[in-house]
Amino acid sequence: MRRPAAVRVVGPLQWIIYPALAAVAATVILATPAELFGLRLPEPVIPMVLAFAWPLIRPSMLGAAMLFALGLFLDLFWNGPLGLWPLCLMGVYGAVLASRSLLAGHEGLVRFAWYLVCVVAAFVLAYAIVALRAGNPPAILPVVGQVAPTLLLYPLAHWLIERFDDGDTRFR
Amino acid sequence: MAFRDGPFENLKVPLTWTAAVVVVVAIVGAILLLATDRRSDDGVSAYGALRSGTEAVAAPAGGVLSAPVRWVGAVGDYIGGYFFAVSENRRLKAEIADLRAWRDEAIALKNVNGRYEAMMGLRTEPPMPMVTARAISDVRGPFARARLLDAGQAKGVRIGNPVMNEFGLAGRVTGVTGGVSRMVLLTDVASRVPVLIERTDTRAMLVGDGGENPRLDYVRGAGALQPGDRVLSSGDGGGVPRGLPVGVVARGVDGAWRVKLFSDRGPIDYVRILLFQNFAQLVSPEALNAPPLAGLTTAPEPTPEQAAQIADVAARRRAEAEAQAERTRLAVAQAEQAERLRAAQQAQAQAQTQAQPQGQARPNAPAPTQGRTARPVAAETRPSTGQPRPQAQAQGQAQTPPQAAPAAAAPARPDAEDET
Repeated sequence: MRRPAAVRVVGPLQWIIYPALAAVAATVILATPAELFGLRLPEPVIPMVLAFAWPLIRPSMLGAAMLFALGLFLDLFWNGPLGLWPLCLMGVYGAVLASRSLLAGHEGLVRFAWYLVCVVAAFVLAYAIVALRAGNPPAILPVVGQVAPTLLLYPLAHWLIERFDDGDTRFR
Repeated sequence: MAFRDGPFENLKVPLTWTAAVVVVVAIVGAILLLATDRRSDDGVSAYGALRSGTEAVAAPAGGVLSAPVRWVGAVGDYIGGYFFAVSENRRLKAEIADLRAWRDEAIALKNVNGRYEAMMGLRTEPPMPMVTARAISDVRGPFARARLLDAGQAKGVRIGNPVMNEFGLAGRVTGVTGGVSRMVLLTDVASRVPVLIERTDTRAMLVGDGGENPRLDYVRGAGALQPGDRVLSSGDGGGVPRGLPVGVVARGVDGAWRVKLFSDRGPIDYVRILLFQNFAQLVSPEALNAPPLAGLTTAPEPTPEQAAQIADVAARRRAEAEAQAERTRLAVAQAEQAERLRAAQQAQAQAQTQAQPQGQARPNAPAPTQGRTARPVAAETRPSTGQPRPQAQAQGQAQTPPQAAPAAAAPARPDAEDET
């Protein structure tokens, strides 16, 4: 008699809630005022990883809503204008969602190139919004200083996609 | 009836479309938030309660996370102090010797400055209360530079208070809760602080742009800035007290004038919050709200006796002034008369000296009589109808000074007429 195999269901808790909480925790930890040899901790926009990975894993209303909440958290925690990062993150989410069928099956360089384009576009949008609101364009070097560590987080996005893409057997 | 038993049992909506709807709604919501998140003139955000709640929640976490950093720093300082005690001692001795001269000069200048302030009646800013706080969170992004401080309304901190570390001005408070406040650094893209250049007293605006060295804008005058000039807060606008050290001027890589902040010489961990709001707290509201020129309406009306005395004094002063004017007019008239007499006598004497050589050259000509020279001035100045001889006229013009020529020519004409 064949024993039924246990179906492992990967729900939203695993691929949405936990990563979102981890992103919040990492953001708070990296905001610690520590300085070593004149260098401070990097400050990447960690939810950008989720904005890129979640629509590739699976389109989800909960994912989009959670991303909006993460953007609000960034604005409140970083004292930015309210709505800045929700707009940028949702822009990335929407662009990846629209290009989901194009990216299907691609890995490696193509996916990273798309991640790079999305991140740069999001920062350009944020730069324009802040410059318009403050009447004063921010310096370029600090922008580069935040874009670079955000790009370096791509392996995390890749791992998330590989880990949870088709992880739920019901979607196979 | 359960949902799956109803008519929507077989209804399937594509996940992509539902997610896209949420994305569109979220984008619209974000744009609305951006449009409505404005700060009032006194720095209060439209979503101040939301921000305050977030800060109140984030502050304990930041405090817990920053504690190990402080402990590690303290251990490092302890070990460093143990191994470098001798060199540190030498350095401090040299610094004390250097500072003694500055201390004596500061005492002398303080004395002189106090005397000047007393003589000129300057109203200096009163001593300001301060609150010590500790930074528990740090935002370093290009679009926001801020810190959370563990002191809030309970210690008297208010929105707008300047914040300093031990080296200079670091920022201003933009949000306050009961026990936490948020400080926006001078490098924040929304930071604007009016400053002055100590050497030239030039005014400028210190504008943050998210970089390490904020920019100097609205600088007036050529040669107003030089690299190395000290920058102080100017106090213009009343938001920051005057004279707080800010930094030194430097030329940026983009060619713009920038400021190397004094506050960057050390970590911005322990800071002092100056409980300073604006100039309005330095004056009494009653004095500001008093009607203008109120002092001019307080003089009482004079009594009848005082009015009579005032009228008498005024009449006597008027009569004295009129008498003085009459005396002056008479003196001027007498002086003019004496001047005319003197000029006539000079002209007569000149005519006699001219007539003497001509009488010797022509024996047939009649000799001038004493009576003609003694003729009264009025007879000599009668109008003449004849023309003098050209030779005599030329001699008279040559011997008479230019300014005396008209007075000398009038009495000479009768003589010339008599000779012809």
